Amino acid sequence: MLSPPDPLIAVKGLAKTYPGGPPVLRDVSLSIRDGESVALIGANGSGKSTLLKCLVGLHDISGGSVAALGERFQTRPGATQRRAIRRQTGFVFQHHGLVRRLSALSNVVHGFLGQPGSWRAFCQSLAPQSWREAAQETLGAVNLAHKAEARVDALSGGQAQRVAIARALVGKPRLLIADEPTASLDPAAGHDVMGLFCELARNENITLIFTSHDMDHAQRYGERIVALKDGGIHFDKPSGEVRDGDLAGVFDG
Amino acid sequence: MADTTAPRPARPVSRFESVSAMRFALLVGVGAFVIAAITDVSPSPQRVAEGMPRILSLLDRMLPPETDPAFLQRMGWRLVETMQIAVAGTAIGVLLSLPIAWISARGVTPAPALSYVAKGLVSLFRTVPDLVWALIFVVSVGLGAVAGTMTIIVDTIGFCGRFFAEAMEDADTQPQEALAATGASRFNILCAAVIPDAMPSLINTTLFALEMAVRSSVVLGLVGAGGIGQELKSAFDLFQYQKASAIILAVFVIVLAMEWLTDRLRKQVS
Ligand SMILES: Nc1ncnc2c1ncn2[C@@H]1O[C@H](COP(=O)(O)OP(=O)(O)O)[C@@H](O)[C@H]1O
Ligand SMILES: [Mg+2]
Repeated sequence: MLSPPDPLIAVKGLAKTYPGGPPVLRDVSLSIRDGESVALIGANGSGKSTLLKCLVGLHDISGGSVAALGERFQTRPGATQRRAIRRQTGFVFQHHGLVRRLSALSNVVHGFLGQPGSWRAFCQSLAPQSWREAAQETLGAVNLAHKAEARVDALSGGQAQRVAIARALVGKPRLLIADEPTASLDPAAGHDVMGLFCELARNENITLIFTSHDMDHAQRYGERIVALKDGGIHFDKPSGEVRDGDLAGVFDG
Repeated sequence: MADTTAPRPARPVSRFESVSAMRFALLVGVGAFVIAAITDVSPSPQRVAEGMPRILSLLDRMLPPETDPAFLQRMGWRLVETMQIAVAGTAIGVLLSLPIAWISARGVTPAPALSYVAKGLVSLFRTVPDLVWALIFVVSVGLGAVAGTMTIIVDTIGFCGRFFAEAMEDADTQPQEALAATGASRFNILCAAVIPDAMPSLINTTLFALEMAVRSSVVLGLVGAGGIGQELKSAFDLFQYQKASAIILAVFVIVLAMEWLTDRLRKQVS
């Protein structure tokens, strides 16, 4: 019999304590298959962002292990592992995290900074033709082809977030991590962005992990919902099976 | 009867609210030093009165400024050399300041352990006055413009190294984190996020540095480090006060023009 393929992400007994603080994550185990779309929910401060950052080595972990995209590490990924993981991962933050004084196109080209020859990704004018075309095309996919030359500080919040999504997608990642991508947007723009995510993720077969404190978003856009509480996993089930009773207590710290 | 409901202070508030004994002693000490300094080295009215006629006679000997074409032409070339010292020194200094500032900037540095070394070097360059650097370089590389340029380089690093680092530390950290998450190296983050973000501030600092360099390149010649200052010194040494006044006038015009120019450029950046 064929054994099931390795999961894209396997977290085992993950613990995380920031220096001088209380433990944020105590014992988190989680595995995510290729192509899944997972919503991570939990109260403010429950450690959602921390968990996502630990996956790509933006924070050291204090215990347990992480295997992401075939790279297994404890404490922190080595330099080669880190590069391998991040090259295949797109990360979208709550705040767009774009360089405001550069054009939308340059910011999308930044998505290639993890690739070999990365100095050519400093801004669009240095980039090789193939990268510029890919960036232009991805901007088109987020419906911003006409804003390629506009500077970020001239864009609206929703447009900026879509540029950030384009930056995360331009390198054709296998994994897309989005940490409250809609929190700084109005509800309509929020639904646009989430819809775009799911569509792009489905079409390109990208695994999607996103956090939200909006239960409606989580249920509508996640196939599976993972709830964090008290440093551990409160529940982890397909979104169709989540009952109101499950949610009691998730959002009140 | 007086209204007794309003609360009153138990005792009148002292005029000398919080002067502790320590602070009082310090105050007396500083005051004494200032008075002693004034009596020791500042000009007495008598000295000023005696000096006045001499200043007037010096002014009289300075006027009219020298206008001999051969002299003016030589001074013109000296002025060009002065500007070259300022521009070359600033350009090289700015280029060297960038990596030094990068290493010393908290949160941006690729080598936190070296950050204090870089900061210390910049402080040393800044706190030792430019004429002292000029003396050192004249002794080590000889009289002339090269010593002047080296002085301006050191001066520029002292100034730009500090303010470039501050601009880098103040750059928006969110794009830096976002680019780190895409796999960008520290150097990539510097070039793609930190420098574009800090650019207006970097340009401003550079223009200030250029302005300062023009001013100090004028006096560097006084200790033999090239430029128009050298001519000024020899004019004074040889009692050629008409030549001296022509040089002072030219310097005045050049520095003013430079200030005007950098001001214009600064306005364009902001
Ligand atoms: N860089 C950090 N240093 C120290 N403490 C942090 C840091 N980031 C987050 N925390 C703390 O960790 C806890 C979890 O934060 P976070 O992961 O941002 O939660 P969430 O994203 O679920 O709101 C909070 O108490 C927060 O104060
Ligand atoms: Mg968060």
